[in-house]
Amino acid sequence: MYAIIEVGYLIATLSFLGGLKFMSSPKNAKTGNLIAALGMVLAVVLTFMAAVTATVPYTNLIIMLLAIAVGTVIGKRLSDKVEMTGMPQLVSLFNATGGGCAMLLGLVEANQMDPFTTILGNKILLIAGLITGAVALTGSIIAERKLAGKVKDRRSKTVILSARILLGLMVLLPVLYFFGIIPIGFTAFMYVLAAIAMVYGVLFVLPIGGADMPVVISLLNSITGIATAFAGFVYGNKAMIAGGIFVGAAGILLTILMCKAMNRSLLKVLAGTFKKSKNGAVEEAQEIKEISISETALSLSFAQKVAIVPGYGLAVAQAQHICGQLQQLLEKRHVGVDYIIHPVAGRMPGHMNVLLAEANVEYSHLKEMDEGNENMEQYDAVLVIGANDVVNPAAENNPDSPVYGMPIIRVYESKQVIVMKRSMGKGYAGVQNDLFALDNCSILFGDAKSSLQEIVNQLKLI
Amino acid sequence: MDFINQHIQEIYFVIFCVFIGIEVIANVPAILHTPLMSGANAISGVILVGAIIVMLRVPADDYLNLTLGGIAVFLGTLNISGGFFVTGRMLKMFSPKK
Repeated sequence: MYAIIEVGYLIATLSFLGGLKFMSSPKNAKTGNLIAALGMVLAVVLTFMAAVTATVPYTNLIIMLLAIAVGTVIGKRLSDKVEMTGMPQLVSLFNATGGGCAMLLGLVEANQMDPFTTILGNKILLIAGLITGAVALTGSIIAERKLAGKVKDRRSKTVILSARILLGLMVLLPVLYFFGIIPIGFTAFMYVLAAIAMVYGVLFVLPIGGADMPVVISLLNSITGIATAFAGFVYGNKAMIAGGIFVGAAGILLTILMCKAMNRSLLKVLAGTFKKSKNGAVEEAQEIKEISISETALSLSFAQKVAIVPGYGLAVAQAQHICGQLQQLLEKRHVGVDYIIHPVAGRMPGHMNVLLAEANVEYSHLKEMDEGNENMEQYDAVLVIGANDVVNPAAENNPDSPVYGMPIIRVYESKQVIVMKRSMGKGYAGVQNDLFALDNCSILFGDAKSSLQEIVNQLKLI
Repeated sequence: MDFINQHIQEIYFVIFCVFIGIEVIANVPAILHTPLMSGANAISGVILVGAIIVMLRVPADDYLNLTLGGIAVFLGTLNISGGFFVTGRMLKMFSPKK
């Protein structure tokens, strides 16, 4: 029996690895997800089979089965209901549940283990799992609330200072405890730590700005993974360790990627600080050219290749579906259409791709930034929708600009750029965009969705 | 030292997992980063296994821990089911049409 369970965990571990491996191509990714899910079910079922051999009270079994049934149904319903724009919130929420599970596991386990025979290393692991789990739990909930626009950034000194004090306490208290300076039981001590870690999770996410959310979500995701790995270590369960480490690795890779794409260091993101403009923001008056909807429609229809650079503004305006229509109309006229997507377009890594896929855009049309930049000269027209900082040439040629150093989509190298804007407002970084003053750039003012709709109407007539 | 003796296998295992994990995940294209994250999120729900293991040992009259453990099992399941279902839903949109 024992051997069967071990083999089952081995298969589960391999399925996680295989599932992630299959994610490297859009064609196979669906299969990968299924493989990982089946491996997970196997691991859970086999863990239950251990209960059959041991004598486990019925109460415990009934509670567990009930919890699993309700959890499965609610999970399915939430995932069926979610809008693709709300995906970052849902992923944060699910991340919170994983963290919560890790935290509670630590609390219950602390009560079950014999404090005198359990070795120090295992207690430390349990504490590490508890703290990371609790931080992931409350941090993800705050991240979810922020993404939903319910909680504002709080960047006050008090918040940041208290967060640092709590972080210090989470390291210091266990040390003091194990030297016997804090005379309370292990379980009680774990409750205290859980409370501190939960407050820390809140304070940790509060100062982080809205534009930095992709970084935070990735980071919290990786923290949950690490919490899982700690717990797996306590039980010597390889499926848990592997699963946790893979998630931790994925989260950290994405965190680094997002930081690079924004040219921000992780520390600055966490402190919520922005680089200030050095010369006190020299604002030159820009001469811009306006373009009308019919002119836009005309130049799109006479182009051979068109690129669309979508930003989060596109998603806010719910314009991705009309964007898909525009593409179909242009393709009927034998105009090639590509989307060039900046890594931080959206509220989480890869978010924009999902939004466009929902609007029936084939993934072969979705180009990554580097690929788009290489072929930029080929595009006769580039339509920038709801993006600003990611196409600002100041990032390349103005060392004084706050966005300097950020990798951008070099739309200015194309033959014609049309920027759709609501008004002359600035991007997230609050800087003037040098692109607008260039000769090959014109601006189409108006709401992205209604402008696109009118372009589509005009194209049908041409 | 006891700790190293008890866990030496796991320590090797963790190191291998870190490298294999980074290698595999670095190959995922940016197009799929959102499903990657939500799929990975679902995988971290394997913490449920730990929650079940500990629930098997809680005495049937320890109501506090039964409640906490029950919530843990519920949250872990929610993480797994929601994560895999929503990833599946997203990936369906990426499959070639027709």
